[in-house]
Amino acid sequence: MKIVDDSPPVLSALDRPNSYIGRSVPRPNLARLTQGRGQYVSDVTLPRMGHVAFVRSPHAHARIVSIKTEAAEKSPGVIAVVTGAELAKVMTPWVGVLTHLKGLKSAPQAPIAVERACWQGEAVCAVVARSRALAEDACELVEVNYEELPAVVDPETALDPKTPVIHSALGDNLCFERKLDVGKVDEAFAQSDTVVEATFVTGRHTGVTNEPRAIVADWNPSEQRMTVYQGTQAPHMMQDLFAKHLTLRHEQVRVVTKDVGGSFGIKVHTYADEMATVALSKLLKRPVKFVADRIESFVTDIHARDHRIKAKIGVKADGTITAFEIDDLTGIGPYSVYPRTSGIEANQVVNLTGGPYACPNYRAQARVVFTNKNVMCQYRAVGHPIAVVVTEGLVDLAAAKIGLDPLEIRRRNMIADDAYPAQSASGLKFEKLSHHEALAHLDSMMNYAGLRAEQAKMRKDGVHRGIGFASFIEVTNPSAAFYGVGGARITSQDGATVKLNAQGHITIHSGVTEQGQGAEAVLAQCVASSFGVPIDNVRVVTGDTDNTPYGGGTWASRAAGIGGEAAWQAGKALRGNVLAVAGAMLQAKPEDLDIRNGVVVDKTSGAERLGLDELARVAYFRPDTLPPGFQAELMATRHYVPRAWPFAFTNGIQASYLEVDTDTGFVKLLKHWCVEDCGTIINPQLVDEQIRGGVVQGIGAALFEQCRYDERGQMLNGNMADYLVPMAVEMPDIECGHCVSPTADSELGAKGAGEAGTAGAPACVMNAINDALRPLGAQPLTDMPFTPDKILRALGKV
Amino acid sequence: MSKHALDISLTVNGEQVAERVEPRKTLVDFLREDLFMTGSHVGCEHGVCGACTVRVNGEIVRGCLMLAVQCDGAAVETIEGLSDSGLVSDLQTAFEQRNALQCGYCTPGMLATAQDLLAKGGVPSREDIREHISGNYCRCTGYQAIVDAVEAVAKARAGGKA
Repeated sequence: MKIVDDSPPVLSALDRPNSYIGRSVPRPNLARLTQGRGQYVSDVTLPRMGHVAFVRSPHAHARIVSIKTEAAEKSPGVIAVVTGAELAKVMTPWVGVLTHLKGLKSAPQAPIAVERACWQGEAVCAVVARSRALAEDACELVEVNYEELPAVVDPETALDPKTPVIHSALGDNLCFERKLDVGKVDEAFAQSDTVVEATFVTGRHTGVTNEPRAIVADWNPSEQRMTVYQGTQAPHMMQDLFAKHLTLRHEQVRVVTKDVGGSFGIKVHTYADEMATVALSKLLKRPVKFVADRIESFVTDIHARDHRIKAKIGVKADGTITAFEIDDLTGIGPYSVYPRTSGIEANQVVNLTGGPYACPNYRAQARVVFTNKNVMCQYRAVGHPIAVVVTEGLVDLAAAKIGLDPLEIRRRNMIADDAYPAQSASGLKFEKLSHHEALAHLDSMMNYAGLRAEQAKMRKDGVHRGIGFASFIEVTNPSAAFYGVGGARITSQDGATVKLNAQGHITIHSGVTEQGQGAEAVLAQCVASSFGVPIDNVRVVTGDTDNTPYGGGTWASRAAGIGGEAAWQAGKALRGNVLAVAGAMLQAKPEDLDIRNGVVVDKTSGAERLGLDELARVAYFRPDTLPPGFQAELMATRHYVPRAWPFAFTNGIQASYLEVDTDTGFVKLLKHWCVEDCGTIINPQLVDEQIRGGVVQGIGAALFEQCRYDERGQMLNGNMADYLVPMAVEMPDIECGHCVSPTADSELGAKGAGEAGTAGAPACVMNAINDALRPLGAQPLTDMPFTPDKILRALGKV
Repeated sequence: MSKHALDISLTVNGEQVAERVEPRKTLVDFLREDLFMTGSHVGCEHGVCGACTVRVNGEIVRGCLMLAVQCDGAAVETIEGLSDSGLVSDLQTAFEQRNALQCGYCTPGMLATAQDLLAKGGVPSREDIREHISGNYCRCTGYQAIVDAVEAVAKARAGGKA
């Protein structure tokens, strides 16, 4: 079933009168952002607030011999100068491990380095002053005496016996290793007509949120309470961590998240400098604010995707894929990041490679090693872009070798649409996917045959255009299988509390968070539809651990599918409660009534019986007029967690059309398409905008973005002039299409859509570039980002 | 305040402002920290991302590349003023309807930049719009929705149908 933009889907349970499900309702909270009246954490100012700046290690690896703070303490406006040793008395260290990633190990990490700095940018001393500028002035006066230690910078040699071990207590530099061998891989390769091998490199890059990480911590000693204003995706997770490491109870910690200037997975981790800020507030008994500047963002925001994958595919002459084999190596910095760990990305590469295809033979090895660079952890579409680059890169190389059309080889190998439930070779369980329907939709949407004809015609004129594809699967709606089973206190359930106010309007409090993706609109749509009020009569509250149900927040494309379902169910529950009041007032049976457009109506005829304003007036101000013994319950809470499946997998396929200037090596993106299947579409516009934004983030990885390090572990391009990000002028228009395979695990049937664009775009662009260059005899490009110099080298021009 | 601090006098969104500022203080820090006008945002602090874009004497400038002391005698306009005057209300509505913002951090700067293009009159091509906003970084949208919104307003202002 296809959804044309803005036409409500035909889904009986959701198809209530005045349903907002499937409609492009504008987000309820945008005017404050367009008018510059949002409140980001970087905007927050509190009385007596100090600003912290950090002295950061200029070395990738160094012993801290001594720190002299006297001069800094005398600098104007300074409130305190605090070292790691002093802060360690306030806050306990943490270790980023999960028990279900067997063997994963890491070392204890402190809010400020105590004896050693393990990457360039790690904080070694904090200065709190009346303004950030004064704090930075004083940082210049802190004298740190370092003894530089050998830095481990190359993952390839990190496990060599002669390479120094970063944390001697761990014995070696291996953080985590996973091996998988399914089916008969050697036999399958032996029986293949063609075997293709390639090494793929996905460049280390980062999120570059427009608003850097920001936190204001406010310890009130009289209440013994810590209030933290934080730009985070997961307020309840942070509440738990602040409480744990400050040895406080949950009820002593409140985390408030207002507007967040972009997150993309960057803001769902524990950062030492943010933990330090909270500890400093406790120590100094006053509010302390930290906002990362851009250089700090580049050397401390988690990096991701620094993988080298040796990969192999076998195919028959008819294109049948016989086997996949990968050897993934990734260097994650000196610590596994807490609490999600830095083993998940490689684990996902192993899980997801080969995902769309019915191929039973698969062997994988992944090694995650420690290095003295900034830490790596989960960033939008965790592991997916890497697995898709490997899988789709191999499939294209194989197709080229046997002379088969790239779309055709995919068609011949994708899991059949009627084969579900199905399981991947790596063990992933798929409830219902739609690879073939998506491929057919893409084929017609992009007029593939027409584009091929245009490409051939232009080729004759010396214009080299390429068409690339990437099919993919995406992890969404994660259950406790993701983190909870591994011992992390990261909840996969979420809750919604819905209440009727005294004017008959609705307020919903939800545990998911708004990061700009439109979660609040989706929550409003769900509750307005299931309860039965105009959406303008719904107020959404998120991002406050004092006032919202316990929830996981925003990650792994869960807000709509999990938070939305909780909202839907809470709205239904409140409708039942309100109809009980209406029944009592009208002397009718509640089951004969309904709520539509904010009015209690006769269910059969639709005749209006009672306005919600009147119902609320009676229930709140004249309950004495209700029948004896009747108590109105005008607030309802429901929780939801996926149980039937570990994850609600989605699928899709993307295509890129581009032109390569073979004289300059520049790539011009002409058009991009994405067809994906996120189940029930609650808000078509928001889904499409998630896809488009995600695609552009993936394009950044393919063409521009890389954190470059030298052999001493120094980041060379930690600013936005040298680290390139996609800007408007280079980006193409992106056309979106949809298939709809709802999950039966929830009544809504919605799966996530937040990461599909980022998952597929890098592979798609890579394949299009190689498609453009292949007739010119160029070596296939597999080393991202595909910068002009690499393209010219592939062409043998430099 | 150091002995190097200077007195400046300027108008911000039409209101007369007289303050003593450090010579090193940027315009955007002055607006945010001294005047508590937090609609102008700090993104990269060296003129690349455009989040701090404001108008000085009618021209758009990077608030992080201009010092507050350079604005002595100037007329500064921020998103708060552009909103209250209604100058960009059609752009704001179009951004909201088209979901041309997600986190909204780039939006004040993006609106000022878009207004700068549209004030020149006519209906710019999509390529022209992309070129004009290419100094304003948006990590969320992928830009297409912004181009759509600006194009729609250009057409509407030119008398066509949005």
